[in-house]
Amino acid sequence: MTPRIRDLLALEPLSAEELSFLLDQSKAFQAIQRNPLKKLATLRGKSVALAFFENSTRTRISFGAAASRLGADTMNLQFEASSVKKGESLLDTVYTLNAMKPDCLVMRHAAAGAPEFVARHLDIPVVNAGDGTHEHPSQGLLDALTIRDRRGTIENLNITILGDIAHSRVARSDIHLLGKFGCRFTLCGPPMWVPRELEKIGPPGTVIRRATRIEEAVEGADVVMLLRVQTERLHEPAMSASDYILLYQLNAERLRRAKPEAIVLHPGPMNRGIEISPEIADGPQSCVLEQVTNGVAVRMAILFLLIGGAGEDAAETLAEARPKESTHAAD
Amino acid sequence: MPQVEKAQLMSAPEIDRTLHRLAHEIVEKSGGTKHLALIGICRRGVPLARRIALAMRGIDGVEVPVGTLDITLYRDDLSKIAPQAVLQSSDVPFSVDDMDVVLVDDVLYTGRTIRAAMNGLFDLGRPQRIRLCVLIDRGHREMPIEATYIGRAVQTSDTEIIEVRLREVDNEERVVLLDRTP
Repeated sequence: MTPRIRDLLALEPLSAEELSFLLDQSKAFQAIQRNPLKKLATLRGKSVALAFFENSTRTRISFGAAASRLGADTMNLQFEASSVKKGESLLDTVYTLNAMKPDCLVMRHAAAGAPEFVARHLDIPVVNAGDGTHEHPSQGLLDALTIRDRRGTIENLNITILGDIAHSRVARSDIHLLGKFGCRFTLCGPPMWVPRELEKIGPPGTVIRRATRIEEAVEGADVVMLLRVQTERLHEPAMSASDYILLYQLNAERLRRAKPEAIVLHPGPMNRGIEISPEIADGPQSCVLEQVTNGVAVRMAILFLLIGGAGEDAAETLAEARPKESTHAAD
Repeated sequence: MPQVEKAQLMSAPEIDRTLHRLAHEIVEKSGGTKHLALIGICRRGVPLARRIALAMRGIDGVEVPVGTLDITLYRDDLSKIAPQAVLQSSDVPFSVDDMDVVLVDDVLYTGRTIRAAMNGLFDLGRPQRIRLCVLIDRGHREMPIEATYIGRAVQTSDTEIIEVRLREVDNEERVVLLDRTP
């Protein structure tokens, strides 16, 4: 049974079954990344609007690559040069985009909940490409896919998340996804970035604990997830970069406390030498580049799922009248 | 729409015999098996391809690589078929460049699946030759496509459905002819 997903706004409301389905679908698109010919015609004639109201390079390029490999066209809203700067409201901007008849809207916004708000007003599927400190669903999925590939499972793992967790939508999506598969979380970072409230964000029953010292946090980990230290925020509460390195940088000595088969994830862009030492970034346990490759596969799966079929109305008409194609759908 | 079983076209032993015959025919008519490869089309072409490869091993120990191809991404009716399409993973663990590929499927009907499969194959490389092997050819072609190796050709009407049920997929092993009763 195919779970019916109209938009992809967050991972929190999705069931373990739906999440597994999305990961399985991504698997098929991973294979295409290895084809000599990567361009498909599956979504030919469809277009995907990419509206990034907040700066983004890799996510936008990744969604763009996913759309174009499926044969779809993209419409790009350039935030820097857009009417948003001229004071147009969010809804007016997306209505305008929608009037150009895209089949799907991928959007990032600095305000949590903005994609959900937009989805309520549009009749096309909306994909959340990161909203404020709320969620970043495609990143959560690509992290899970990377873990599943490397460790063979995403069930019952010890996951350590290091850094600015309070401001991280990536951490939230990861916890919502992996928490449904019984993973346990240890959060660690400067205290102002790891508030007590974070212990309650996961699915019911999820074990989330906070650790003060990185050595303790990394102990016995299956997966160590690093978050980018937003250097622009470092001096906001008093913590210098050198203090951060001293207390929280993941280096070889600290990583040795994790399980020998542990892997290291980073959503990028990395600050080499701040949250991660270069030897770890380039080491065999690092999955940073696999994450990027998997990101395209996951986003292809998302777009294919949301706009690859016939859509809701067509589903109803098809249920009644489908003369030739039945059990042997094509032949 | 209710479906009524009209006839059984093949029993389990008949399927088995037919696949052995097809294996022999392919080996016999290939002019060497060095570059031969079987690619099953998801879903039921996959177990059929595996079984034919197994049968070939019994013929002078011919070892033939087997791949699987999901054609969902190459269909021409994707936007008509289902609200949301589900794909299986394709898995062709060898290079198809210069290979002598035999595509394997359960039923040949409109020919559209095979068209899609060939497109999918070309994305993987450039085979030297592509032939088609099907368990059942039921006619009603909409494309200029014919099978090289046919288990059994069956005359059917448009309202009839042929179901190949295989133990790997359906927990049952036979080929049946169904009719949609209005």
